[in-house]
Amino acid sequence: MREIRFDLLLLFIAFYVLLAPVLSDLVISKLDRRVDLSSQMVRTTTSLKVENNGVGTVSEILLPFPDHQAKDLAFLMVTISEGKGKIKGVSGSLPIRVVKPEETPPALSWYLVSLPKELGKGESISLDVKAVFTHILRPFPEKITQADIQLLAFQDSAYYLSPYAVKVQTLTVKLPEPKVESYTKLENTKVSGSEIKYGPYENLPSFSYTPIVVHFVNNKPFAVARELVREIEISHWGNVQVTESYNIHHAGALITGEFSRLDYQARPHVRGASAFRNLVAKLPPRAHSVYYRDEIGNISTSNLWGDSAKTLLEIEPRYPMFGGWRTSFTIGYGLPLQDFLFQSEGKRYLNISFGCPMDEVVIEKLVVKIVLPEGSKDISVSVPFPVNQLEETKFSHLDMVGRPVIVLEKSNVVPEHNQYFQVYYKFNSLSLLWEPLMLISGFFFLFVTCIVYMHADLTISKSSASYMAKLQWDEVQTAIQQFQNIMNRCMTVHDKIEASLRDLSRTGDVQACKAARKAADSLLKELSKELKPLLSFLQSSPQAVQILPKVEELVAKEKELQEKLMLKHSTVVDCYEKKLGGRETENRVASVQQKITLLRQEAEDLFEIIDEI
Amino acid sequence: MAALETPQSSTLRQAFGNVLSVFILLLIGILAFSIRLFSVIKYESVIHEFDPYFNYRVTQFLTKNGIYDFWNWFDDRTWYPLGRVIGGTVYPGLTLTAGTLWRILNSLNIPLSVETVCVFTAPIFSAFASWAAYLLTKEVKGVGAGLTAAALLAMVPSYISRSVAGSYDNEAVAIFALIFTFYLYIKALNTGSLFYATLNAISYFYMVCSWGGYTFIINLIPMHVLLCIVTGRYSSRLYIAYAPLVVLGTLLASLVPVVGFNAVMTSEHFASFLVFIIIHVVALVYYIKGILSPQMFKVAVTLVVSIGLIVCGAVLAVLIAMVASSPTKGWSGRSLSLLDPTYASKYIPIIASVSEHQPPTWPSYFMDINVLAFLVPAGIIACFLPLSDASSFAVLYIVTSVYFSGVMVRLMLVLAPAACIMSGIALSEAFGVFTRSIKFQLPGVTQNSPVNAGDTGNVMQNDVVKTEKSEDSLKERPSRKNKKKEKDNVERASVVPKTEKRLSVLPLEASVIAIFLLVLLGAFYVVHCVWAAAEAYSAPSIVLTSRSHDGLHVFDDFREAYGWLRHNTEVDDKVASWWDYGYQTTAMANRTVIVDNNTWNNTHIATVGTAMSSPEKAAWEIFNSLDVKYVLVVFGGLVGYPSDDINKFLWMVRIGGGVFPHIKEPDYLRDGQYRIDSQATPTMLNSLMYKLSYYRFVETDGKGFDRVRNTEIGKKYFKLTHFEEVFTTHHWMVRIYKLKPPKNRIRGKTKKAKSKASSKRSGTLKNNPWH
Repeated sequence: MREIRFDLLLLFIAFYVLLAPVLSDLVISKLDRRVDLSSQMVRTTTSLKVENNGVGTVSEILLPFPDHQAKDLAFLMVTISEGKGKIKGVSGSLPIRVVKPEETPPALSWYLVSLPKELGKGESISLDVKAVFTHILRPFPEKITQADIQLLAFQDSAYYLSPYAVKVQTLTVKLPEPKVESYTKLENTKVSGSEIKYGPYENLPSFSYTPIVVHFVNNKPFAVARELVREIEISHWGNVQVTESYNIHHAGALITGEFSRLDYQARPHVRGASAFRNLVAKLPPRAHSVYYRDEIGNISTSNLWGDSAKTLLEIEPRYPMFGGWRTSFTIGYGLPLQDFLFQSEGKRYLNISFGCPMDEVVIEKLVVKIVLPEGSKDISVSVPFPVNQLEETKFSHLDMVGRPVIVLEKSNVVPEHNQYFQVYYKFNSLSLLWEPLMLISGFFFLFVTCIVYMHADLTISKSSASYMAKLQWDEVQTAIQQFQNIMNRCMTVHDKIEASLRDLSRTGDVQACKAARKAADSLLKELSKELKPLLSFLQSSPQAVQILPKVEELVAKEKELQEKLMLKHSTVVDCYEKKLGGRETENRVASVQQKITLLRQEAEDLFEIIDEI
Repeated sequence: MAALETPQSSTLRQAFGNVLSVFILLLIGILAFSIRLFSVIKYESVIHEFDPYFNYRVTQFLTKNGIYDFWNWFDDRTWYPLGRVIGGTVYPGLTLTAGTLWRILNSLNIPLSVETVCVFTAPIFSAFASWAAYLLTKEVKGVGAGLTAAALLAMVPSYISRSVAGSYDNEAVAIFALIFTFYLYIKALNTGSLFYATLNAISYFYMVCSWGGYTFIINLIPMHVLLCIVTGRYSSRLYIAYAPLVVLGTLLASLVPVVGFNAVMTSEHFASFLVFIIIHVVALVYYIKGILSPQMFKVAVTLVVSIGLIVCGAVLAVLIAMVASSPTKGWSGRSLSLLDPTYASKYIPIIASVSEHQPPTWPSYFMDINVLAFLVPAGIIACFLPLSDASSFAVLYIVTSVYFSGVMVRLMLVLAPAACIMSGIALSEAFGVFTRSIKFQLPGVTQNSPVNAGDTGNVMQNDVVKTEKSEDSLKERPSRKNKKKEKDNVERASVVPKTEKRLSVLPLEASVIAIFLLVLLGAFYVVHCVWAAAEAYSAPSIVLTSRSHDGLHVFDDFREAYGWLRHNTEVDDKVASWWDYGYQTTAMANRTVIVDNNTWNNTHIATVGTAMSSPEKAAWEIFNSLDVKYVLVVFGGLVGYPSDDINKFLWMVRIGGGVFPHIKEPDYLRDGQYRIDSQATPTMLNSLMYKLSYYRFVETDGKGFDRVRNTEIGKKYFKLTHFEEVFTTHHWMVRIYKLKPPKNRIRGKTKKAKSKASSKRSGTLKNNPWH
């Protein structure tokens, strides 16, 4: 490390000589730099007062960063500070672009800040430069055991690196804990608590550089997400579904040697100080259906609190995260649509935050996918910082043409990027009904096809032998059914006659019995008339050959039965008229009765046989 | 009159009945599906236990790489260094089913994950299974019995235990395939339709794809055919139902890679071929009988029998010679242990070591089929009244499955559908009798009902009579000619013998009470099933919960360990553990394992068992030779998780000792007792398993009290020289150790003292806590 710094120093001296005359119009009259090392990110806040000492007007200011810092620069914002204590809106963020002035050596990256108004001769302006760096804290030593504390080294210059001369400047380094292993001692260096103060240094020429190193204790979580994919899916049925897949590792000092659960459980803050147990995600208020899982299932170690301002989700990875350990998980939650979707000028727009809801996580690559409803048109995106933008199509439930997906990619994302961005699109509310209608019509047609199939005749050839045979068979079946019907009615009539006989035995009313007999006779005649065409049809039909003998047999049996019944009836009535005793009647009828019983049984058997056919 | 209306009203009634039964079936399907969701609601949508994880992994592979890669899949993540040809050794039915389901859903743009599809495959197929049970029972005893059987099957605990959501195992689809194959067989038998016979063969193919239990089908159906032939029930329908099944079914079965030539080579299938020959002989005999005169037939019989005997004798001799030449007589180990229940414990400890291969206990019958156990005999009796081809099959099915379930607790699953069908028949018949009795005796219908039961029995047969007759009987008054009427009734009864003989009428009070009791029985069954589904069978076994005074406590240690392995070890690292955790390690941690739950290589398992039973150094050498980097042990002593490795340790010793004789079981037992306390043998206390389980355990409470064994451990303070702890889960249930790299050999082996010193020094350098 020391060698690198030495090289840099040489470099700076080299281009100090080169550039000094070019940019000397501006002078920084006062500069306060605060470096916040209390998390894994390095946040520097520089308040500077720029004076134009030159002849012409100046509208741009150059901010250089050494390359080794610039490659880890995640966030840079310049605002105008208007007096102390008064912070005026957020409108003050000034446009910044990357430039490469000519004749500059390669070890510096330049950012050009455009001032809102030109700076005339002798005028001055106060600016606040806020920069966030990731990955520039190096664990030293790089490997520690479970029981060790994590030490980090931070290197920077004690003087502000600037192409302009600086009159007065100070540097304050804020540490997470008042524990410093070592730090570079320069003149005017003070340590108070967890702060190290360098300066004030006065009247330094441009490109002054003095390396400093701070070696300090930091057990803050070093959660770095290699990749975070946020999928924001809008459903106009009232839900914004956010799914975030994390691929996290602990980017601090690697653990070496044994991991003992015993030690970790007994003294978690001593043996396991460098590990982090949990992360807290700050979700928007009224987040619902929150889940936390990974590829092998739900992770049960999570807590959720909510109030009207926010929802806090505390998640614990499956195991404590020691240096170098990795894990991956997914959290998902639903948000009420009306909180995030608005309308303006005939367009709808989604207004939702860009970054990750966890404050302590650095994201190396963030992919935000916004899935718009199927049928969205005229899509445009407005993001407050440069991102890589792509478009995709996603097919989800019941989609026909797919949903448009806007993919925004950004590397090196820090919590400062957690700003709102907007996606504008046009969407017709009636398209909402498309999918339910599709379902309804789908089921409708399913049932219709079923009905049609049940009723339609799908025979290919209407003249084929088998088809004709089938038709005939159907006819025969209907005929047989009718035949059975008639036979049944005959049987009913027989039963009636029997019943009348029984009535007779009870009441002795011969006339009623005779009347019944008459009615039965006429009914039977009618039935036999009805039976004739059926029988002739069955005889003519070739399909009925099998069944015909049984049918005829049944008819014959029925006839016989009828005769016998009549005989019985007349005998009984006779007996009654002659006032014979019950016993005698029975004797007379007995033989007939036996026959009847036999016939009946045979008829029933035939019935069953015909039924089976 | 009424006679004209009846055909219409009866078709209407029939249509209404059909709609009602379809509706009931739908509800039964929903019931079968939703009663299995307790695991998802109480825990989560996750794959359960051990084997399902393998199936899940295979399905993932199938959906990712397609069917052709699946058939050719050589899995190098398991059985290291041997590997395993998954495509050729796995029953692909379940995987293909879920894979197809997933593909269909995705082609319809329904983005379900493979895991979700796998989790819900089993409940979906249990709904199918209950519908299949309806069809089968309908063929045997009619719609009422079918519906009852379907409802019973939808919630029989034995089947629930294997098909809760997440239990993604072969049995989940195989039970459906089993019942459906039986249904198609019976359907083909009843109709004599070649169409159903072909469907039957296809369904049998699906069953072969799904589960090794297909041998049950291919033995049961021939048994039934034989039974039919012996009892003189041979018909052309029987031939049509059976012959295509054997021909097509065997051809199709040999298409499944895992079965292949086994379909014609192993003894499990011989019965079907034998019966195939017999049925042809019988068919021929019947044919010849038809065309010859009786005298000629007799001559022919003597001729054919003499020739046939010679041929059969020759064939049998060849078969016996072939079979006898193989050591297991052509039977696989599992089949043999079915035929001889003591076989496994005598010869194959690996089969005996699996708890589901043990014979069941009596309470497990009550737990798994509950009241069905009491209803089954009634169902069997009902099947004999009258005995048809279909009902004789049902009886045969229940009898054989009762035997098999008595041998292996796992085969209780085959018994469950049979018990449901039988109980369905019994309940339906009982309800039929009781409701009929009540119907005839209700005051509104008849007055002197017992006498008139015969008349109204007639009513059941045709509606035409009904109206007239009931009018008549309403008019009737008790008369002096009672006697005659009784006689008349008796005669009437004999007129319609078939329906009325069966119609035994019970007293009104008795039938009301009996119905009440039956409903109570059913209610008890439902309560028990819901309880079993909710409490007993829904635990996914990878997540454990315990209820204590301060609420629910979740033990998610297994996934913690697998998650750790997955993310924090190299992709090619090999993990050694007892074979129980092999499938889970490959599926959840995605790391190569030495042995897994597919216990096909006994020697390899014995090697791991030997390593676990050996002292540290020997174990290290074994593991190092297998290129193992991590060793995983499951330890329940801290939280009282009983099925941990220490409790399984004796099986490791037995299986290891079965192959490597220097491991002797008595060395690990003190006076025949397995113990880990201070009385334990030194071999036990020095074994790797003991050391890995109890490493630094004593420091948790100062005494080293094991909550599973309820004793203080024997050896408390020791250090590991060849292994180092790299991860232990929150409740210590899984402990992962890493093999230390081998020491430099520069000092040579001859100078023992020096090497000892060096090892000591290296120990201190490593900052061992015991120094």
